[in-house]
Amino acid sequence: MAYGHYDAAGMAARRHRAIKILLAGGFGVGKTTLVGAVSEIKPLRTEEPLTERGAGTDSIAGVERKTTTTVAMDFGRITLREDLVLYLFGTPGQERFWFMWDELALGALGAIVLADTRRLADCFPAIDYFERRDIPFIIALNCFEGARRYAADDVRVALDLDPDLPIVMCDARSKESAKEVLITLVEHVLSVADEPVSRSGI
Amino acid sequence: MPSNDEQWLDAEAGPVVRPYALTRGRTRHAGEAFDLVATVTATGGRVADPGALAPEHISVLQLARVPTTVVDIASDVDLPLGVVRILLADLRELGLVAIRAPVPAKPRQIDRNTLREVLHGLRAL
Repeated sequence: MAYGHYDAAGMAARRHRAIKILLAGGFGVGKTTLVGAVSEIKPLRTEEPLTERGAGTDSIAGVERKTTTTVAMDFGRITLREDLVLYLFGTPGQERFWFMWDELALGALGAIVLADTRRLADCFPAIDYFERRDIPFIIALNCFEGARRYAADDVRVALDLDPDLPIVMCDARSKESAKEVLITLVEHVLSVADEPVSRSGI
Repeated sequence: MPSNDEQWLDAEAGPVVRPYALTRGRTRHAGEAFDLVATVTATGGRVADPGALAPEHISVLQLARVPTTVVDIASDVDLPLGVVRILLADLRELGLVAIRAPVPAKPRQIDRNTLREVLHGLRAL
């Protein structure tokens, strides 16, 4: 009903497709670097009213009157075709920002969990989040200089991941590498969509 | 239809709410919710009362002359997303913009052809 009056404008916009991909991971793991390597990066400010969930997890002692919380984030835009644009959102990693994740995840193609092998545990919350909501995701290991190169299988065991969940090594600074990560995610989503038993409506 | 549960913030809320002065203190927008990547398009409709619009409304409207997503508008006008949503909802109520949900409105509804197009597009980058 809300769009009923605007058919003319609606027709023009119909074929303009915007696809969301989430990039999650711990603080300083290279999310912004990866987004910047492969796309035109744009700043986004949000000043959101604190949700009940946020109010519960934030320590608000002494600042009881603070009713909004500020989240500065980046997003990247990749124009694949005139009518098909990919949006990459680097999501703040902490649980207190889950109200943003809920919004970002809605309708998303899938997610990339960027991990640092020196701090693997940092990506547990993200993995939990996507598993629980049945959002397809892959793991990308950002191979920082000086970090020990783990075998993907070691990481799989450490993170308790399904055998068919892709784990890729990447260099978040490299466009080619970032592209490869995105391609791996889309291929994974396509292969998951192929499974006859688990999906309905596709 | 304006919602009845608009939340008003007072001066004690601190400086972080300043951008919401633009929205006359409203932190929730009226009408149907819209996605971050919903497409906003100016309808070309006429403004009955130009005084009802803030300069920021006009900036948003200008960006929407070509179909533009909510996040792109928020980034380009350099205002917090929450503020931009309220401005957009105002413009929608006045019939000046149409806001169209992204094509895959729900998870898992991105069709296979679109997925393949994304794949081909990425490989060609």
